[in-house]
Amino acid sequence: MNDEHIVSSFDRDLAELNQMVARLGGLAEQQFAAAIDALENRNASSIETIVSNDAELDQLEKDLNDRAIEVIATRGPMATDLRRILSAVKIAAVLERVGDYAKNIAKRSLVIISDETNRSDTISVGRIADIVQGMLREALDAYATANADLAMEVWERDQEVDELYTSLHRDLLGVIAKGAEEASVSSHFLFIAKNIERIGDHTTAVAEQVYFQVHGEMPSEERPKANAISEASDIED
Amino acid sequence: MTDYSDPDFRAARLKKRYQAEKRFRAYGMAAIITAGLILVFLLSSIIYSSLPAFSHHHVRLDINISEDYVATDTPEEGNYLGLVRAALRDHFPQVTGRRDKRALYKILSIGASDAVEARVKNDPRLIGTQISLYVPLSDDIDLMLKGLIDRNLPESDRIVSDRDLAFVDKLAEENRIERKFAFALFTNGDSREPEMAGINGALAGSLWTLLVTLIVSFPLGVLAAIYLEEVAPKNRYTALIEVNINNLAAVPSIVYGLLGLAVFINFFHLPRSAPLVGGLVLALMTLPRIIIPTRAAFAAIPPSIREAALGVGASRTQVIMHHVLPLAMPGILTGTIIGLAQAAGETAPLLMIGMMAFIVDVPTEVTAKATVLPAQIYMWANNPERAFVARTSAGIVVLLTLLLVVNAAAIYFRRRFEKRW
Amino acid sequence: MKMNESQKVKIKARNVTVHYGEARALHGIDLDLNANEVTALIGPSGCGKSTFLRCINRMNDVIDGCRVGGSVSIDEQNIYSDAVDVVELRARVGMVFQKPNPFPKSIYDNVAYGPRIHGMAPSRSELDHMVEVSLKRAGLWDEVKDRLSASGTSLSGGQQQRLCIARAIAVSPDIVLMDEPCSALDPIATAVIEELMEELRRDYTIVIVTHSMQQAARISQRTAYFHLGDLVEHGQTQAIFTNPENKQTEAYISGKIG
Repeated sequence: MNDEHIVSSFDRDLAELNQMVARLGGLAEQQFAAAIDALENRNASSIETIVSNDAELDQLEKDLNDRAIEVIATRGPMATDLRRILSAVKIAAVLERVGDYAKNIAKRSLVIISDETNRSDTISVGRIADIVQGMLREALDAYATANADLAMEVWERDQEVDELYTSLHRDLLGVIAKGAEEASVSSHFLFIAKNIERIGDHTTAVAEQVYFQVHGEMPSEERPKANAISEASDIED
Repeated sequence: MTDYSDPDFRAARLKKRYQAEKRFRAYGMAAIITAGLILVFLLSSIIYSSLPAFSHHHVRLDINISEDYVATDTPEEGNYLGLVRAALRDHFPQVTGRRDKRALYKILSIGASDAVEARVKNDPRLIGTQISLYVPLSDDIDLMLKGLIDRNLPESDRIVSDRDLAFVDKLAEENRIERKFAFALFTNGDSREPEMAGINGALAGSLWTLLVTLIVSFPLGVLAAIYLEEVAPKNRYTALIEVNINNLAAVPSIVYGLLGLAVFINFFHLPRSAPLVGGLVLALMTLPRIIIPTRAAFAAIPPSIREAALGVGASRTQVIMHHVLPLAMPGILTGTIIGLAQAAGETAPLLMIGMMAFIVDVPTEVTAKATVLPAQIYMWANNPERAFVARTSAGIVVLLTLLLVVNAAAIYFRRRFEKRW
Repeated sequence: MKMNESQKVKIKARNVTVHYGEARALHGIDLDLNANEVTALIGPSGCGKSTFLRCINRMNDVIDGCRVGGSVSIDEQNIYSDAVDVVELRARVGMVFQKPNPFPKSIYDNVAYGPRIHGMAPSRSELDHMVEVSLKRAGLWDEVKDRLSASGTSLSGGQQQRLCIARAIAVSPDIVLMDEPCSALDPIATAVIEELMEELRRDYTIVIVTHSMQQAARISQRTAYFHLGDLVEHGQTQAIFTNPENKQTEAYISGKIG
């Protein structure tokens, strides 16, 4: 099946949107990785850069929106093309939020680092972060290759993240309940963990969009949520 | 390799192109002017040579309508010739002797007595009175008075004798001779005497013939064209018919005359020399000339009109009659009238069926004997009498006028129908 | 994407095959067209959509060498049976063509021609009424009511096409077929006619052939995609244009082939 448009500039427009998503995704991944690295290696110097880089992400998302509107207006896309463009717009919004969360993680890490306490919680958080980083990378791969099956794998892995987060959440609450001095640091850890869990949720949103783009409808089953706490009260950071 | 970007080269080429265009235009102009000049020359020479036929010299005679020659109760049996001769004798009492008197009588046309007869019949109360009436002179005297017979030639070379000249001069001195418009040319049929010969018979014959041609060929031609173009399936047989119709248009017209002779006259025993037969023969000839432009007119109508009519639920017949035929009318009319105009000028086919004959009476119906304008012209052209020279040209002028009228009618009708399209 | 089960099927095409001489133009088309809906037939040039359209009012009969196989039923009656009078059929199934083709008569006579030849209006006043109603339904009345005797060809392109629509509906058809009715018109005239179609479908069943997919997407409830004489896919318009089942359909509407 010939997958190219007769009007080749249409293909170029769609490719451009793809690249912008890829760039946005790459930046978001970078920000996330840098934030986690700063936390794990107690590296305070990079945090300021992370915070200022967020502006670039915001601008990129805005540019992508503008470009998508142009393509819709000029090309009158149908079916798969239309879904691709709408997905790009939604995923860009999601990735921008991911960037925001990474910025928050970096800011909270600054507080923890200045405290100079070496905490084993760092390792737990690091474990969740690893999984979510992997998910994000694969979700972006799935988008780039329009691979709905890979997207579904990502979609399902969020359950693991939820389980890890639930147990860490319990532990940290226990520490907070015990004493005031450690409570402050623990609460920061809690927020960081929450941010990472939210990034995981957003990554599944990306995966869902990829599925929609390929199949024309959202995945039918409810994503299994193991995050008991989120069920009760959805706390946004 | 020539350098096309060189401005000098381009300028030179441009100049040559403009010159070629100018030359082309000049050729066109020259062609038109040449054709125009030929036409003008032709027309003017014909019209010029026809002028003498449109007027005729008359002489005013005092005629005593004596009851010796005309009885009051039977004016149609009067001896009008005698009356006229008596009038001449009265006017020239010095002329005696039978030979001289015969010469005197000959200066008048035979139509002189007809003129008197007509006058008396019109008003019988004139019998017994004296009237003064203009009567026509003979053709030779008329030609002499018009200067077409040179009176300065020696008598042996002249048709008009000195004695005749003397009579005429005397009458001229008395201011009795006048040149009048020759109505006879338009009211009379053919005659042996040139001054009495008129175009009316041939004109009427032509009109009757064309009428028959029109009545027969128009409906047949149009219906045949409708059938071939709109109804008949497009297969080998209709293609064959089409080829044959196209060829018929090129058949020499005399062949139709032979056909007419064999079929209409010998087989059906229709009257010879009648406009009925002439019309039928010409109709056969005109048929392909109507069918072909009619078909072209139909073919020129875009199929979208037909589709629109069919789409609304019109039947095939309704499509043709309500939509296609009205739109094709300009083309059909043009074709018909041009075909008729061509038929009006045909002589050869009518030759075979006997319409090239000396016929005096003006035909009053389609079965009467008649001749047609081109035939009449030909016969007059062959007549040795000098006065027929002008009449031949006059006949040509009348024929050309007829054709002009027919073509003008074509243009008028076409314009009228084209407005609605 | 649920089918509206209560839609009545107006036209049923079963195994419709059309030959032009030796060449086969349509290969066994099975298609249902619902009442009071606009169905769009799309596809590249030469795919047979116009040929299929013309089967519905038997306009293919007038083309020499054209043979139609299969059946086309309107209200359960096969229109190709010998019992059906083609002239009557064409009063029930009207047609509007690609290039506006009003008769070279007055506007009044254009609309009145159909009712006249079918004997639908015995009196002049009834005829006047029919002409007015048709012109109103076609959205042309206000523009021409003062000059009904003007020639139909003196109108603008868009007006001429609406006149042709008025002419088609003057005979009170059930179905109106439109063969690319807007191709020769500017965008505003096109929009006027698209709006008209939305109103018309309350009273008529409309089948439209169109080259513009945007137009098909805008105005139709169901769409059928033809390709080289085959019916590739048909269904609800929203489904066809957002998520077609057939890859070929997807390729065509995205501008990837054809």
